[in-house]
Amino acid sequence: MTITLTLNGKKITDQISADCLLIDFLRSHGALSVKRGCETSNCGLCTVFLNDVPVLSCSMLAARADGQTVTTLEGLQDEAEEFGAFIADQGAEQCGFCNPGFIMNAIALLRENPSPTDDEIREYLAGNLCRCSGYEGQLRGIRAFIDYRQERSRS
Amino acid sequence: MNQEKSYQYVNKPVRKKDAMALVTGKPVYVDDIAPAGCLVVKVLRSPHANAIIESINKDIAMKVPGIEAIFTWEDVPNQRFTMAGQTYPEPSPYDRLILDQHVRYVGDPVAIIAGADEACVNKAMKLIKVTYQVLEPLLDFRKAKDNKILVHPEENWRSLCPVGADNKRNLCAHDSCQDGDVEKVLADCDVVVNSTYHTKANQQAMMETFRTYCFMDMYGHLNVVSSTQIVFHVRRILSHALNISPSKIRVSKPRIGGGFGAKQTVVAEVFPAFVTWKTGKPSKMIFTREECQIASTPRHEMEVSVRIGADKAGTIRAIDVYTLSNTGAYGEHGPTTVGLSGHKSIPLYPRLNAYRFTYDVVYTNVMSAGAYRGYGATQGLFAVESAVNELAAKLHMDPVALREKNMVKEGDVMPSYYGETANSCALDRCLARAKDMIGWDKKYPCTDMGNGKVRSVGVAMAMQGSGISGVDVGSATVKLNDQGIYTLTIGAADMGTGCDTILAQMMAECMECPVDSISVFGADTDASPYDSGSYASSTTYVTGKAVEKACEKLKEKIVKVACQALGCSPDEAEFNGKGVTCLTSGSFISLEDIATRSMCGNTEALEVTESHSSPVSPPPFMVGMVEIELDRETGHVDILDYVAVVDCGTPVNPNLARVQTEGGLVQGIGMALYEDIQYDSKGRLAENSFMQYKIPTRLDMGKLRVEFESSYEPTGPFGAKSIGEIVINTPAPALAHAIFNATGHWFRELPITSEKIAMAD
Repeated sequence: MTITLTLNGKKITDQISADCLLIDFLRSHGALSVKRGCETSNCGLCTVFLNDVPVLSCSMLAARADGQTVTTLEGLQDEAEEFGAFIADQGAEQCGFCNPGFIMNAIALLRENPSPTDDEIREYLAGNLCRCSGYEGQLRGIRAFIDYRQERSRS
Repeated sequence: MNQEKSYQYVNKPVRKKDAMALVTGKPVYVDDIAPAGCLVVKVLRSPHANAIIESINKDIAMKVPGIEAIFTWEDVPNQRFTMAGQTYPEPSPYDRLILDQHVRYVGDPVAIIAGADEACVNKAMKLIKVTYQVLEPLLDFRKAKDNKILVHPEENWRSLCPVGADNKRNLCAHDSCQDGDVEKVLADCDVVVNSTYHTKANQQAMMETFRTYCFMDMYGHLNVVSSTQIVFHVRRILSHALNISPSKIRVSKPRIGGGFGAKQTVVAEVFPAFVTWKTGKPSKMIFTREECQIASTPRHEMEVSVRIGADKAGTIRAIDVYTLSNTGAYGEHGPTTVGLSGHKSIPLYPRLNAYRFTYDVVYTNVMSAGAYRGYGATQGLFAVESAVNELAAKLHMDPVALREKNMVKEGDVMPSYYGETANSCALDRCLARAKDMIGWDKKYPCTDMGNGKVRSVGVAMAMQGSGISGVDVGSATVKLNDQGIYTLTIGAADMGTGCDTILAQMMAECMECPVDSISVFGADTDASPYDSGSYASSTTYVTGKAVEKACEKLKEKIVKVACQALGCSPDEAEFNGKGVTCLTSGSFISLEDIATRSMCGNTEALEVTESHSSPVSPPPFMVGMVEIELDRETGHVDILDYVAVVDCGTPVNPNLARVQTEGGLVQGIGMALYEDIQYDSKGRLAENSFMQYKIPTRLDMGKLRVEFESSYEPTGPFGAKSIGEIVINTPAPALAHAIFNATGHWFRELPITSEKIAMAD
């Protein structure tokens, strides 16, 4: 079947098999930041935005993205760099394999709720597993980023 | 003692060199850089725990469009090898073939299938017809020794080292050692605890599963690009497995999506390597999460029996440990992990009248175990530290006071740690600080909250090593390039831990240059100097020292080239990072000019390779204390506060050391409370996905607080020891202790699930 979608601002039309998963479609179109960590929708590594809403691309058929807008970390490089620097300053990126999905979801959180509490952060990101960092460094990084943004908006 | 030294780049929270590439999602992992058009490699796995393959019919499967090749046991060399990434000759027995007619666990490979894409490979896999002679499996590791069912009856099974292995007894290893007469001392003790503890075959569950791609290069060499901690061991193991010369194999690693020891064993590599070697075509193998769960290399399941005796005043006089370790179907890391269960637990209490440590490692028909962070010490410390807590309860003594009285202190000789002396040990300071941070005196043992919930505290201590003494080799090649920029080439593997960065910090300290002036490259068997690899908590301590040594020599060479320009002798010259000054004449030549000179009419290579190995393995030490809230009704445990105080010597990068600690604690919490491994009567694993195998989310770990009490290790680079493994060791015993303090029940089997706690009441 043929689908057309907007990936990171670029219109793509392609032939796909009906059972093609969105994650495989995205990776085959160069969005290699999208990672597969499980096959059971448990890890959050494959998080992308479908019309600006975070979804698990491993659990969605590419066909369902027909006519929609998909954003991966490749399409959010400035935001990823700005936010990611705060994670990097904690050393909390570690192996990095969970980072794209985690950062996508963190960006989504902060768009929805610019000043979340620690519990709100933990709850929103609960589906993003990380085996390296123990999560505390990610939390410190998010807090530091929020502080930085608030500081900047005040000045 | 703590030697307060100030450094410019060491002991600083430098950002990881690869950090920005990782947070922006750059394509830096195996599957991101594998060439398009690679053959996709998968294996058909045995549905039986013990069976002989009678026939395999692949005729129909071969007809699936796109299928390139299907290999079975008849196609591979009949030469046994081990997949364990260890220094040759490996203590692990040579008990594997790439494919074997005898399959020994549910998941053991039966056939290798290579095809144009995943769909055709999956289709072909279903069309392979296998007839098995199904045999009774040996699933209970307590019954394995001298069982009539032999996991490895074959005649060409081999053990290269004297580890007490005997395949005709299902023994992968056996040993015993002692100091003093344990039976006599225990008989003379006022109080003796005698308990048995059981830990499961936990999964490393790194986010990136096992994966490798291979291709033939212009020299006819097999290139293997893999997510591995051990490039040099992979080369040797592949040469054994494929029966080809290692000179024909090149192994390198890109960024690695986590390892935790899983990637210290060859898991994925042999299959695509075999396919590419046979077909000449590029190929890749990406493990699914299910394969990762059922056919990889998890922690050794162990049952550890501890007898510990003390006098009434609380002086611990004897410890007797017997460990039964389950290596599963193959012996990877079997003979070595088990040693740590005693040698890295008993030495926490070095002033004993006697100790004994005995072990058996047995084969069974479950997935083979391997290396996982902590490497046996985790299992042993759960047992010994729990037994010490049980002893304190029996003595009616505060478990912290019991430890203060008996624990290892700086300068102590540790007879059960190969007689090594604790030359750097701040464990006493760690304990005091942790006690203070958590408010032990106020909170121990528990507070009834009056709402069905109880708050309680628990404690445990831990140690590990820093590399394998007399075995591990770390190397570094340092080079001065144009414009005064350096290259640091290593064979150690940064798997996210940050070794590329911390080694560059050490080099920056030595060369008095910014970390950004150093480009780090590794690891690649054709380009890197030999390094055993990143495991056994070795990289900071062993490879770090190699960096220090190489830099000293490079400085001498730089001075020599500079002196030719300055017309002075090296005794009169001084290197200061920016260049070299002649102290007599005051003339100066910059590093940039020295580099330029080295590339014109020069015969002195401004490049040095140094190797390092250490006769000792100085232990890092730590204390973990936890406060929990336990719901008596449901058995649910909430971690309110986890305090960890670590002595890793000088923390080379405090940020990375902290995150290592936090990550290790959370893995330890998972092991203690959630991560279970359950086989059914046919040997099938229930926890074959993240749906069933519950690794902690950020809602499960409570608050973690990490502090450092640093000693100074005289044999380490800049006083450093290790950090990577020790940090997983305290949660299991500390949580079991806190749960006892809340419920009055000792839970001696992991994980301690809410269900078990609720049912115990």
